[in-house]
Amino acid sequence: MSIQEVELVIIGSGPAGYTAAMYAARAELAPVVIAGSVTAGGALMTTTEVENFPGFVEGVQGPALMESMRAQAERFGACILLDDATRVDLDGHVKTIETGAGEIFHARAVILAMGSAYRKLGLADEERLTGRGVSWCATCDGFFFREQEIVVVGGGDSAMEEALFLTRFASKVTVVHRRGEFRASKIMAQRVLDHPKIEVAWNSEVAILNGAEKLESVTLRDTVSGAEKEVTATGVFVAIGHDPRSELVAGLVATDAGGFVLVDHPSTRTNIPGVFAAGDLVDHTYRQAITAAGTGCAAAQDAQHFLTALENEAVTLNETEEVFA
Amino acid sequence: MSTLTAVTDATFQAEVLDSEIPVVVDIWAAWCGPCRQVAPLLEQLATEYDGRVKIVKVDADQNPETVTAAGVTSIPTLGFYRDGIRTDVLIGAHPKPVMTEKIEALLA
Repeated sequence: MSIQEVELVIIGSGPAGYTAAMYAARAELAPVVIAGSVTAGGALMTTTEVENFPGFVEGVQGPALMESMRAQAERFGACILLDDATRVDLDGHVKTIETGAGEIFHARAVILAMGSAYRKLGLADEERLTGRGVSWCATCDGFFFREQEIVVVGGGDSAMEEALFLTRFASKVTVVHRRGEFRASKIMAQRVLDHPKIEVAWNSEVAILNGAEKLESVTLRDTVSGAEKEVTATGVFVAIGHDPRSELVAGLVATDAGGFVLVDHPSTRTNIPGVFAAGDLVDHTYRQAITAAGTGCAAAQDAQHFLTALENEAVTLNETEEVFA
Repeated sequence: MSTLTAVTDATFQAEVLDSEIPVVVDIWAAWCGPCRQVAPLLEQLATEYDGRVKIVKVDADQNPETVTAAGVTSIPTLGFYRDGIRTDVLIGAHPKPVMTEKIEALLA
């Protein structure tokens, strides 16, 4: 398989990856984006309305926003590859990135923007009942639960959004949250509390998923008293947060205990020269589309400065060699 | 956009259950982001396995009978059929090696 020599490879295609691609393309770095074989567009591909991305007064659908970002990056010459990075070697001046199809890229700089993946409940029957009542995408699967009773697990904005969306289909939605108040923004939490179809199980967690062929009910455990009760539910939508998708670079770049890639704030430099990181892969605090886009922009500029410095170094070396020749 | 044959409740028997060659059925919907994400890969696989395996799609929104019969509550769901029997199911968007393995198993 032939090796392609490029300036910059960007791994990931959420708001961070595509924004980095747009900036890098405009800087004429001809970036290659390894966008993912089935994950292109990132986490926003499973959301509905994004109400808080600046510039969209009436809101915008997550997938539509991502398709626009991709088109904008491509307009300036970014090459978007619908494949997965399966192996990387980040040490030294030349970084190697291998894809699922066996393509090999040699790059002088790399931006890591793999984002995050849904956190699982960690229950015994979760895997078995996934797609049989247990879901991670309300937008995708709400339709299949018409006039049924549903449980949403979580207390953040994602959980609120899912619960509200699911009221279009479900006869009743129970939001299960392990604390006594939501972590979500005030506006989202209030909408949930005011909704006639939504009930909240405070200080509760899902202890058991019940059902042979399909989910039939969940057993909730009170996080304070430990008391258990069963709630009828044919669907459980899990929105308890995300974990960084840093497996690809585990042991290669420095991460914290949670797997988030560490960067030299306010820059996006990792501990490996020429390797930068942005978006949810780095951020355990804000995790918004706009903050991911912001750090993606920063990563592209950091990569650009790094590559320019390499160039100047090479020129200086050549000149020095000429002098001594 | 898609070149995959669209199968409906009316054509499911003929296109899938009575097919001479194994069939992969992609149950999808327009509102489902991961379904869109997985679409280019399915097109690619359809080309690679042309003549040996048929890959078709069913719009969940328009074909309630097929959806109910398949017991689908999450999409994308891929059903793997041989000789009129569903031998395997793959729920969610998975990378190419996972899909290839399932298709090879269908051919074995």
